[in-house]
Amino acid sequence: MTGGAQICVRNLNVHYGHDRALKDISVDIPARKITVIIGPSGCGKTTLLKSFNRLIDLVEGVRFSGEVLVDGENIFDPEVEITAIRKKMGLLSQKPYPLPMSVFDNVAYGPRIHGVRDRRRLAKLVEHHLRQAGLWEEVKDRLHLPASRLSVGQQQRLCLARGLAVEPEIILGDEPTSALDPKSSQRIEGIFLELKQNYTIVLVTHILRQARRLADYVIFLYMGELIEHGPAKQVFNNPREAMTREYIQGVIS
Amino acid sequence: MDRRKVEEGIFKFLMLASAFTILSLLALIMTTVIVKGLPAMSFAMITQTPKGGYYLGKEGGILNAIIGSLYLAGGATLLAFSLALPVVLYLNAYARRSSLLAAFTRFSFDVLWGIPSIVYGAFGFTVMLFFGLGASLLGGIITVALLILPVMARAMDEVMRLVPADLTEASYALGATRLETSLKVLVRQALPGIATAVLLAFGRGIGDAASVLFTAGFSDSIPSSLFRPAATLPLAIFFQMGTPFPEVQERAYASAFILTALILVISVAARLLAAKYARHVVR
Amino acid sequence: MRLLAVLSSLIVFLMLLALYQRSRPILALHPLMSLLCSRAWQPLRGLFGFLPFIMGTLWVTGVAIAIAVPLSLLTAIYLSEYAPRAVREWTAPLIDLLAGIPSVVYGIWGVLVIVPLIKNQIAPFFGVISTGYTILAGGIVLAIMVFPIIIHVATEVFKSVPAEIREASLALGATRWQTVKHVVLRKALPGVIAAIGLGVSRAFGETMAVLMVAGNVAKIPSSVLDPAYPLPALIANNYGEMLSIPLYDSALLLASLVLLMVVLLFNLFSRIILMRVQGGMR
Repeated sequence: MTGGAQICVRNLNVHYGHDRALKDISVDIPARKITVIIGPSGCGKTTLLKSFNRLIDLVEGVRFSGEVLVDGENIFDPEVEITAIRKKMGLLSQKPYPLPMSVFDNVAYGPRIHGVRDRRRLAKLVEHHLRQAGLWEEVKDRLHLPASRLSVGQQQRLCLARGLAVEPEIILGDEPTSALDPKSSQRIEGIFLELKQNYTIVLVTHILRQARRLADYVIFLYMGELIEHGPAKQVFNNPREAMTREYIQGVIS
Repeated sequence: MDRRKVEEGIFKFLMLASAFTILSLLALIMTTVIVKGLPAMSFAMITQTPKGGYYLGKEGGILNAIIGSLYLAGGATLLAFSLALPVVLYLNAYARRSSLLAAFTRFSFDVLWGIPSIVYGAFGFTVMLFFGLGASLLGGIITVALLILPVMARAMDEVMRLVPADLTEASYALGATRLETSLKVLVRQALPGIATAVLLAFGRGIGDAASVLFTAGFSDSIPSSLFRPAATLPLAIFFQMGTPFPEVQERAYASAFILTALILVISVAARLLAAKYARHVVR
Repeated sequence: MRLLAVLSSLIVFLMLLALYQRSRPILALHPLMSLLCSRAWQPLRGLFGFLPFIMGTLWVTGVAIAIAVPLSLLTAIYLSEYAPRAVREWTAPLIDLLAGIPSVVYGIWGVLVIVPLIKNQIAPFFGVISTGYTILAGGIVLAIMVFPIIIHVATEVFKSVPAEIREASLALGATRWQTVKHVVLRKALPGVIAAIGLGVSRAFGETMAVLMVAGNVAKIPSSVLDPAYPLPALIANNYGEMLSIPLYDSALLLASLVLLMVVLLFNLFSRIILMRVQGGMR
């Protein structure tokens, strides 16, 4: 594992039944930077992302081979504790899915399931992470109302706070702003830029402009294969591969 | 983490134990029916009607009940079908999607489905009194028809709803009337599913005792008229169990075996049909 | 055709009406509350107290639900959250089979297996002498009959919980069971209650099996090892004498009416919840 990389992917292959979703992927994700995975729909971006926290295990008929090392530990090792891995990663999905509980309970859910019981500590955690997600001011008087009553943009920030509350090291985002209006999207992007000081962030997006705005490092996937990866400046301004150039220019989408 | 794992382990065990218990009970019931019923079976059981003193342990069989049940369940299924099919076609081909009547009818069928068979029996009884009809095959047919109507209608409706709208639209686009579309497209497409629904309803109707208790009466002979009482398998079982003579109780086991076997065959047939449906449908 | 649809939807009302009509003679003589609360059932003397039968029904249904709900829910959770597809596909037809066994066959089984079990093992364990024809017997047999409907409805309800909130919980590092306990069950709660409601209504109305094992003694029970005479059993057992004793038919049809109304109440309540939970889909 090269220095500075938090996630090392080695020869990862993922099959859904007969379909090969990811073909022999090997790439390193640098620590404390925003890495963006780009590519046309169906190319395996989400599959790659979800292999990092082993959510792909949930798909019936999935098979995988290869290794994904997080901080040196192979997460596909059968001995490994899946819940501990998932705790290290926070996932923000495309559409916000608040849990069927109050705002407070949503954020407190993570700490609670990992054993935190002290009410005051929970309250502090909830406030801290809601602030981190830029939502505290808007909900501080409404903490015990059902989370479903928030607007979509607020819900997404709530899901972010919820994910941060388990104190992950890595944040995964699966097209986290595609369901939001431009103003909320902007807010979330701003929050990611702040968070990268302390967290490693991996985002999937099909919005190239967003990738340009946020990315420090870029990975380009096409039809399950890794076409190109590298620092954002290099990939966007001087791509090595013809396919990358075509995608960035909008020729293929 | 240990505590969580322990809790998960405990509940996983409880869940598996529950599932296992339920399935074992099924196996136990089936085994009891076979173990008790098979030895008591004899050729006479299914070919003879009760002779004098049958309920005291003398000779005879339950042919009266077998034929009676087949007539009764058959008639009821036919009657229910003649009502269910038009209504379900109406719901799927004629009524608009947002029609209040359609929604209410479907809801009524759901509610009717949950009404106990003894209430159907009591209702059937009042209807018979109203028309001056005594305990008879016809009375039983009408009552059981009402009982199985929601079963049949629900199953048919579910199948017809699965027919893709594109198919019916294509039919209308060719200029077919609603009736033609219903019969030639919907029914044909859903035919195996409809057959399954009919079988399911038949199985439900033939096994029910409480609805025929007041309405069909009982008789030792094979039914020869719609207006005379008729014997049914469930009631035959019930009465044979009720005697103090072990030989007659033995016959109850055999009757139970016959009834259960009949229903099993029908269920399997229904299931095979449903599987066949899944394969041949146009998608 | 529309006419037929209208007719079908009116059947329930017809039933209520018909049974009510036939119950009027006895209601004219005794107000409903006194009939429901009085204990004396002596038709020959014109005394029709339904209380022992109502209590009998409540006891038997209570035992049945107490047994059926935990077992059914645990099984439903297992089938929808844990079991691999192959297991699910095999158990579904088997549970349907359980639902298809006729009532009288359950009755025979109860007489052959459960009644002796209670008489020879369970009752003596508690120091009670019993014939075995008890509420417990009725409750056990009834519980088995009620399993399929609770399991079926509960699994449908669990299926309707969106996969994404399960994913969200698991992504936070929760175990499967924690996800079920805190997220799935919370979201599915109204539907689960509806499933139980439908189970209760099924249990109330079941006649033949319970009749064969519950003892049919018209006294208010005081323990599960007492015999009981549930309402449907009353109606079924006495159809023969119905027309020979004055007011007997009216009393029994009133009992049917009461049964119908209680069952309808539970059914309507549960169905409405289910409609809202599943957005109108069955």
